[in-house]
Amino acid sequence: MPKPGEFYQRDRSIQPPALAPAYKTSVTRSPNYPLLSLENTASEITGPVFGQGDIDAIDNDLIKNYAHTGDPIGERIIVHGRVLDENRNPVKGALIEIWQANAGGRYRHKKDSYLAPVDPNFGGCGRTLSDENGYYFFRTVKPGAYPWRNQVNSWRPAHIHVSVFGSAFAQRLVTQLYFEGDPLIAKCPIVNAVPDADAIAQLIARLDLNASIPLDSIAYKFDIVLRGRRSTLFENRLEGN
Amino acid sequence: MAQELDYLKETVAQTAGPFVHIGLAPGAAGFDIYRQELGRDIAGPHAGGERIRIEGHVFDGTDTPVKDVLIEAWQANAAGIYAHPEHAGEVEEGFRGWGRIIPDFDSGVFGFDTLKPGAVAGRSGTVMAPHINLWLVARGINIGLNTRLYFSDEDAANRTDPVLALIEQPARRDTLIARRELRGDAVVYHFDIRLQGDGETVFFDI
Ligand SMILES: [Fe+3]
Repeated sequence: MPKPGEFYQRDRSIQPPALAPAYKTSVTRSPNYPLLSLENTASEITGPVFGQGDIDAIDNDLIKNYAHTGDPIGERIIVHGRVLDENRNPVKGALIEIWQANAGGRYRHKKDSYLAPVDPNFGGCGRTLSDENGYYFFRTVKPGAYPWRNQVNSWRPAHIHVSVFGSAFAQRLVTQLYFEGDPLIAKCPIVNAVPDADAIAQLIARLDLNASIPLDSIAYKFDIVLRGRRSTLFENRLEGN
Repeated sequence: MAQELDYLKETVAQTAGPFVHIGLAPGAAGFDIYRQELGRDIAGPHAGGERIRIEGHVFDGTDTPVKDVLIEAWQANAAGIYAHPEHAGEVEEGFRGWGRIIPDFDSGVFGFDTLKPGAVAGRSGTVMAPHINLWLVARGINIGLNTRLYFSDEDAANRTDPVLALIEQPARRDTLIARRELRGDAVVYHFDIRLQGDGETVFFDI
């Protein structure tokens, strides 16, 4: 089998640009100079490795991992899917970390002041490792939409923040998961910073009744694609790795 | 029409938002949930090499500290080895070389303790000067920003570093050099990151 080589160049044409003026905060936080393109070195093709010793089995169950007096309020959901690379290969052992608002749209964070109440039984974060087939799942409650100070009447669509580590620092990804059918998605300047309709569709989890648990939880499917690598068909010039 | 290439497209990025700590460092968000938070100790207790501290600010285009940023660091050990199966060589027990850094919410000052990495083999027989790879996310940052921190006391190595050599303008190259200071016995490197404007840090498409 050929050795895995360099990562495919990131397709910046589908990524949100640093400057997206409708998302006002990006105006002062976006670099003016173009990014300097680097060929992969050991610094980019390596990254931290995580194992079962880093996390606990309950960490992917947001209904139970902060429950004190009972279950959190809200629509019980399962979020599941696979972590794949651009070559369609499963990514095993990927660390997936999520965070979200509670069912009322309030975050458990000392800087969140939205008037919806904090849920005493909901922390709002979870983490897991993908299995041999790249598969992962979480159980949680569906987050509520919440207001934010962009325009005076701006509302974020319901979303779950998702952070993923593949095998390399070059694959590092933070994104957001949205829910099929939410009318706020099309109005959101953070979503609309993504210039490609297919790329936006890939951020929207699909209702998955086959994976739902009857009389218990409704499921949404969300596959995550990380950068893929070349096969070194011919000897390449990457050394020192 | 031609045949289809059946590659998938990378999932695109979205901002981490202002509450990134809930997911990646819940203690900083103000609550305790996990048995252990990840990324609190970069070097571990057993690794050799010089123990150092890095301190600085991340500034936006108006020179205001960015207080909701989260930084990840990724570095080799003092022998220039990354804790990763694809990098030949061993690292000390407990050395992961990776950490998460969160500034003080009031002042925006960040600081972290680690050890000084060694030079790392680069492409085609080159040698990269000692450096720490950094990745930043925050509200208003649509896709994580990658940069590198180099060391002011490594002048000779920096001058032959193949990545620094890609930066045409000397003034821009300097944005990646952390300044060494002594504070009593402690070695502290000062490193500010400027997202935009005068002295804008060089960011990489890796
Ligand atoms: Fe959010």
